[in-house]
Amino acid sequence: MRRKRYRAGFLGGVAILSLAAMSSARADDSDPQEFTQIERGRYLAITSDCVSCHTVAGAKPFAGGRAIETPFGYITAPNITPDLETGIGAWSDEAFDAAVRRGIRPNGARLYPAMPYNAYAKMSRDDVQAIRAYLNSVEPARNAVVANTLPFPFNIRATMRIWNSLYFKEGEFKPDPTKSAVWNRGAFLVDGPAHCGACHTPKTFLGGDRLDQYLQGSYLQGWSAPDITNDRRVGLGEWTVEDVATYLKSGHNTITAATGPMAEAVSLSTSHMTDEDTQAIATYLKSLPGKDSGDKPLPADTGTMTAGAAIYRDQCSACHGIEGRGVPGLFPSVANSSMVRSKDPTTAIRIVLRGARSVGTSKEPTAPGMPSYGWQLENGQVAAVLNYIRNSWGGAAPAIEAGDVNRVRSDTASRPD
Amino acid sequence: MPRRLPKKDVVIVGFGWTGAIMANELTDEGLDVIAIERGPWRDAPTDFPPSYMQDELRYRVRHELFLRPDQLTFTFRNRMNQAALPIRSWGAFMPPNGVGGGGVHWNAEMWRFLPSDFVLKTHLTERYGASFLPEDMTIQDWGITYDELEPSYDRFEYLCGTSGTAGNIKGKIQEGGNPFEGPRSRAYPTPAQAQPFSHTLFGNAARELGYKPFPQPSGNLSQAYTNPLGLRMGPCTYCGFCEWFGCSNYSKASPQTTILPYLVRKPNFALRDKSEVVRINLDRSGKRATGVTFVDSSGEEWEQQADLVILSAFALFNVQLLLHSNIGQPYDPVTNTGVVGRNYTHQTMSTVNGFFDNKKFNFNPFIASGAIGMCIDEFNGDNFDHGPHGFVGGGYMGQVQTGARPIESTLVPPGTPKWGADWKKAVKDNYLSTVKPGGGVHGSFYAYRDIYLDLDPAYKDRFGRPLMRITMDLKENEIKQNKFLTDKFAEIIKAMGAEKLAVQYRTAPYDITVYQTTHLNGGAIMGTDPKTSALNRYLQSWDVPNLFVLGASAFPQNPGYNPTLTVGALAFWAADAIRSQYLKNPGRLVDA
Repeated sequence: MRRKRYRAGFLGGVAILSLAAMSSARADDSDPQEFTQIERGRYLAITSDCVSCHTVAGAKPFAGGRAIETPFGYITAPNITPDLETGIGAWSDEAFDAAVRRGIRPNGARLYPAMPYNAYAKMSRDDVQAIRAYLNSVEPARNAVVANTLPFPFNIRATMRIWNSLYFKEGEFKPDPTKSAVWNRGAFLVDGPAHCGACHTPKTFLGGDRLDQYLQGSYLQGWSAPDITNDRRVGLGEWTVEDVATYLKSGHNTITAATGPMAEAVSLSTSHMTDEDTQAIATYLKSLPGKDSGDKPLPADTGTMTAGAAIYRDQCSACHGIEGRGVPGLFPSVANSSMVRSKDPTTAIRIVLRGARSVGTSKEPTAPGMPSYGWQLENGQVAAVLNYIRNSWGGAAPAIEAGDVNRVRSDTASRPD
Repeated sequence: MPRRLPKKDVVIVGFGWTGAIMANELTDEGLDVIAIERGPWRDAPTDFPPSYMQDELRYRVRHELFLRPDQLTFTFRNRMNQAALPIRSWGAFMPPNGVGGGGVHWNAEMWRFLPSDFVLKTHLTERYGASFLPEDMTIQDWGITYDELEPSYDRFEYLCGTSGTAGNIKGKIQEGGNPFEGPRSRAYPTPAQAQPFSHTLFGNAARELGYKPFPQPSGNLSQAYTNPLGLRMGPCTYCGFCEWFGCSNYSKASPQTTILPYLVRKPNFALRDKSEVVRINLDRSGKRATGVTFVDSSGEEWEQQADLVILSAFALFNVQLLLHSNIGQPYDPVTNTGVVGRNYTHQTMSTVNGFFDNKKFNFNPFIASGAIGMCIDEFNGDNFDHGPHGFVGGGYMGQVQTGARPIESTLVPPGTPKWGADWKKAVKDNYLSTVKPGGGVHGSFYAYRDIYLDLDPAYKDRFGRPLMRITMDLKENEIKQNKFLTDKFAEIIKAMGAEKLAVQYRTAPYDITVYQTTHLNGGAIMGTDPKTSALNRYLQSWDVPNLFVLGASAFPQNPGYNPTLTVGALAFWAADAIRSQYLKNPGRLVDA
């Protein structure tokens, strides 16, 4: 029924359409009148968060130029507006599909997996063509970008052939017939367009996914991304499906708030997803079994725990509360925060040292922030207060040493917040 | 020649409480709004972090958050026959500067004025006869009534999450609240804050003396709250660092916690900080504002044109900008003509410190908030018969101690040496067992013919404009009022069990060097007659109808309460008038 109505609209617009077609020099153009496809592409571009990497803040959307930090150096995201010379306006649909789903550039060279084509491969050709149709509709921007700024030997794109043979698997998402439609939708989004694993799945030394630790937390760009499996202690185990969905929609829930790279993902992508899709992602993530690390809490009478308790009471309890439970929607519950207890404490240390600003969304506009304590607490004190927080109120996590804090302090000193 | 910026629908001058309220209302109306603020951008977690905000030396003693007198100051004199001198270090009041204005560093007392306060001249004349009032007293009615303002009071209270116990809901007196307050349409959004020991003791003593004590309504919240804009506030931690300080716990109502995160998301709002408006520009007729001229921190001059100009700086700066822009006739006390500068007022503050036996009393005075306190209102406004006393006005009084910050809390009983070992011992002995109510008596300050603001003939600012001159003294009526109230207050402190009292009356001459409050009012007052008021009842300039002037500068005189709730309510009231009347038919909203 709906399709019919659009088709009628299409026929009515033939005269204008032919004019538009004449003024367009695209080799392989999508039909700018195809609202249904363009709108589907717009939404898929949101779930894929294309705009994040391909836009410099404040500049034209999708015009590229943003430097993406990888463990191997910086890669600059290209211009994907329909500009004929500096964007992808002259690309064929075939070339676009090959780039997005197989990591192959029009000249046959390989893309670097900073572009998550290994995840986008889960999308169908139709999905990708819809994204193309949408990108064809945005304002073309002239902005020539030199993408490959990696050092030797990583600047040799041919090395990616080896990487692909190790870590890249082509093939669209195949639904699991034993699971619900909601679960399958969630699995598609998580592994496909939303490319959650890019940040949340640990990487090998070559940057490939360690599938044995799927979504169990990783490190990138000065932040540790937490475990997002249903692990009770370090994952989403204490969250309800609703908690996960609310977090994705608003950047906040009764336990925690999105900061750092996740704040950007919420702001640009997940907060614009439909309620059905955030529910689907939540349903899928909550179905993933966690690992059991078997960590035992540190004894309360050690020096670091005693000092940490005193520092916590003095510096942290005003907002996070003596019992660590914070204020729902405003101050995170450090007593329930899986991020705080993560094996990799980088983000927890970073937030204490440098402070953090949570994301503001239309549903939760407050965007509360945490001030920096790095100027006031020395490394041993930061370690102590985190040891206390990680091992109190039923939590258990390995001890942090002053050296760990020093590492994060040095690493974040030159990074923007 | 200033550089000209693209024209906007609205330009807002000064970005504290009233500027933020108006910006939010007018952007909701779909208008394109720019606000221009002299001071810097400020945000709660980054500018008021709990890790260093509790620094009494930096913020209290050294005035961190306030305007530097080097940038702009005023001259002062007590009497018209004296030469005024420039204020070089702030004393009696603290002019705010920066985004959030005084809303950043206030205590957050949330008082409504009494219904009779709005019709003061009529009320007192009817009850006591015109001859009861001092001859040179120039009090006026406001041109609005309490009932008209009630919905706006309610909106501001709910925006801020105000904690309190209602005393009068729709005419029905409520147990535990202020029985003298005007009828409110509903209860406070959050319950009153818990009261510390000495505050509770004051309440008990007042009750035994036959008064009806109640908790002071506060913008320091008793519990977490989500306001109508969806902004979340946290519960107050009773740290005792409110006035002079910003709150990083999201628990004190301020533009930063109740409006700005919502407002800055709007695409039709823009803010320019570190930019000082030097003039409101008029067209050739002199009856229409075309916008403002401002100077940025590089000394560049810019012109921002707009259809509607909102002047929402601090009271004194509003008056000064009107004088510098030649809007409205300057007030002349000799001929008693003109309006701009008329009816300038302050507050009549005093206190009684009570020294208790430290073996019996440990008040743990560190537990506090800016608006904590138990108060009585029996001696405010016209809540009591002034006939036998020979003065008008009054104030609330209460144990409103806001903390025990070390530099200012070294109180010792009268007769103690001022220094040395005995002084140190007395400080130690009394630190935890002294009742120190700060502004314990919060008296009204009525208006007089020779208390006013005008331009100084001698001193100029950095732009070569004359400084504004304050002529201010304390009159017999206020001195009598203060003596009466302070003695009543002392009786209650004594009844609490104090062994020694230090009674500090407010006396003449008015002292510009010692802090009282920052409750400066008047100078561009609202009213019903263009000959005696600069603004009509909607805070619209009589002379330039596309100019509205918000803030306490509109108060014809000052009642015995803190002004901010009324300042915010009047901003909502003016915004309603602009949205529902002015925009449909731009022009004078009141014929005169």
